[in-house]
Amino acid sequence: MKILIVDDFSTMRRIIKNLLRDLGFNNTAEADDGNTGLPMLQSGNFDFLVTDWNMPGMPGIDLLKAVRADEKLSSLPVLMVTAESKREQIVAAAEAGVNGYIVKPFTAATLKEKIDKIFERIEASA
Amino acid sequence: MIETVDAPSQELELAQQLVEHIKAGNSDDITQVFEELASIRETTLFQELGKLTREFHETLNSFRQDIDLANMAEQEFPDAKERLNYVITMTQQAADRTLNSVEGALPLCDSLTQNTNQLKLRWKRFQSRELSADEFRSLVHDIDGFLDASYTDSGKLKEQLNDILMAQDYQDLTGQIIRKVISLVDNVEKGLVNLIKVSGARITSVENEKVNDVNVLEGPQIPSMKSSTAVNGQDEVDDLLSSLGF
Repeated sequence: MKILIVDDFSTMRRIIKNLLRDLGFNNTAEADDGNTGLPMLQSGNFDFLVTDWNMPGMPGIDLLKAVRADEKLSSLPVLMVTAESKREQIVAAAEAGVNGYIVKPFTAATLKEKIDKIFERIEASA
Repeated sequence: MIETVDAPSQELELAQQLVEHIKAGNSDDITQVFEELASIRETTLFQELGKLTREFHETLNSFRQDIDLANMAEQEFPDAKERLNYVITMTQQAADRTLNSVEGALPLCDSLTQNTNQLKLRWKRFQSRELSADEFRSLVHDIDGFLDASYTDSGKLKEQLNDILMAQDYQDLTGQIIRKVISLVDNVEKGLVNLIKVSGARITSVENEKVNDVNVLEGPQIPSMKSSTAVNGQDEVDDLLSSLGF
């Protein structure tokens, strides 16, 4: 399982990377916004994307839309981990095709729960 | 001092003269009356302009004494930006220091768990008298090594934990910096309110004009100024998404 973590703060990338490692996901890569993340996704055989929303350059919502619009990436599971907590934003992310939404600050248990849920749903629909 | 009180009656008199001159066809006199009328107009205009300039000057002076906005713009705002950038740097350093210590401590915990578990199994066999003399000698040797390693590793662990403890000092330091910026913002707010009062404009609430634009990102919600449409925690996010069929 290869996972891309996109966040402009290296601290948050590191926290997510460590939490994912603890959950048994050792194969991770990092990008600091959508502009650097999208080419990595297009060329890197990733199985899962964890992205922040508010980033300079390309924000997470635009990255999500770009992923859904890309023929090869359209079915990639995307988990948004963000401090943006307004209802209209959560609805916008859902409409753009996000698979899970976590509001910062979050716990390791929440991350595990959302990832498990995303994979359960994918397996059920497969 | 120019007498402006008489200007209307003077104007009326000049207007009557103008009618008579026009009837008589005296073009030179017509021109002269026109010039006199224009002069009255100019005098009133300059007087009003002078009054306005004086009021403006006095207002600016009193304003300057209260809040030095120019100094804020030139000095304190760049300072505040620098302070806030420094807060980012300090919090980043504290987080890195903490994460480094955690990443250093986790393998020590893992090896402690693994070694304890291995020794526990052999110790149980020893208690059940299942060990040969050679196996027992090897166990004693390994226990010796385990005790030495545990002593060293627990020292390292304590060092890492102390480092995590010390890294938290950023809260105090950044808190002080942020307080200074809050005080500057407070001063600017007072200055701007004064400026609005001076200009005579009415302060109206902008709350209703806020547009709930999806693209306007607010970041972490501050408890005392929470957005009306922000959710309260992950549970509400989950409820909202499940209502959308997630």
